[in-house]
Amino acid sequence: MSVEFDIAETLDVKGASCPMPVVQTKSAIDDLAEGEVLEVLATDPGSMSDLDGWADGTDGVEMLEQVEGDDVYKHYVRKTE
Amino acid sequence: MSTDTSDTTTEDGPNGDAAEEIPSRAELAARVEELEEELSDVAAGQNSKKMSIVATKGTLDMAYPPLILASTAAAFGYDVTVFHTFWGLDILHKERSKNLKLSSVGNPNMPVPNMVGALPGMDRVTTSMMEKRINDNDTATIEELIETSLDMGVEFQACQMTIELMDYDEDNFYDGVTTGVGAATAIQDMADADIQLLV
Repeated sequence: MSVEFDIAETLDVKGASCPMPVVQTKSAIDDLAEGEVLEVLATDPGSMSDLDGWADGTDGVEMLEQVEGDDVYKHYVRKTE
Repeated sequence: MSTDTSDTTTEDGPNGDAAEEIPSRAELAARVEELEEELSDVAAGQNSKKMSIVATKGTLDMAYPPLILASTAAAFGYDVTVFHTFWGLDILHKERSKNLKLSSVGNPNMPVPNMVGALPGMDRVTTSMMEKRINDNDTATIEELIETSLDMGVEFQACQMTIELMDYDEDNFYDGVTTGVGAATAIQDMADADIQLLV
């Protein structure tokens, strides 16, 4: 699957488990400017549901795409405000 | 009350009572201003979601849920307070939080029967087993979760009454923990919160 947006930052939370992928994604998003995209690399299978739910329930962020690879789950989150 | 409007009728008129209740322009302006203030307060309240947790347990397994939920809710933008009372205080205790124990009895899901679990030293065995799993799975430690939550603005409160009951001291707790609070503070937080949990 191709990713057709510019990635401003990549957050590597491989190995970390709940709640750290969500918590660290939130902190990383706070450091971005409006419109920028954060790439999150995780190995926690729960991150697929958790990060999607977090993005849905949180103001100012939008989940653009989630890619389930062989070992790594990739998430692309845009800061919208 | 008298008014200067031309609608004022005599006391004998059919609308006399209603006319007397017509407020002046200044009164109306003041009332509008008052309502606008109330409305902005309500709007401000709606923007900040709140979560209130009461943490009462100090075993290793029961220390995780309040911390995981608090840090995650903070990531969602909630203002979170966690009120720690009784054994829940140990979660905020700098030394004791690093040595929380898992009970080997009273939990039918444990790999050892209660009879065996009740033997001296078994709590230490089950706690080590759990600590090894936490380590092997890269699960965050209690200390990491506390530090992370504090960084994210979670307010940890230590119940004053139980601090004294347990003979703890303010200095025993992590920096940033609020002391000198009681049940009334917890009630106030719960009343304002969108989510309230007792753990």
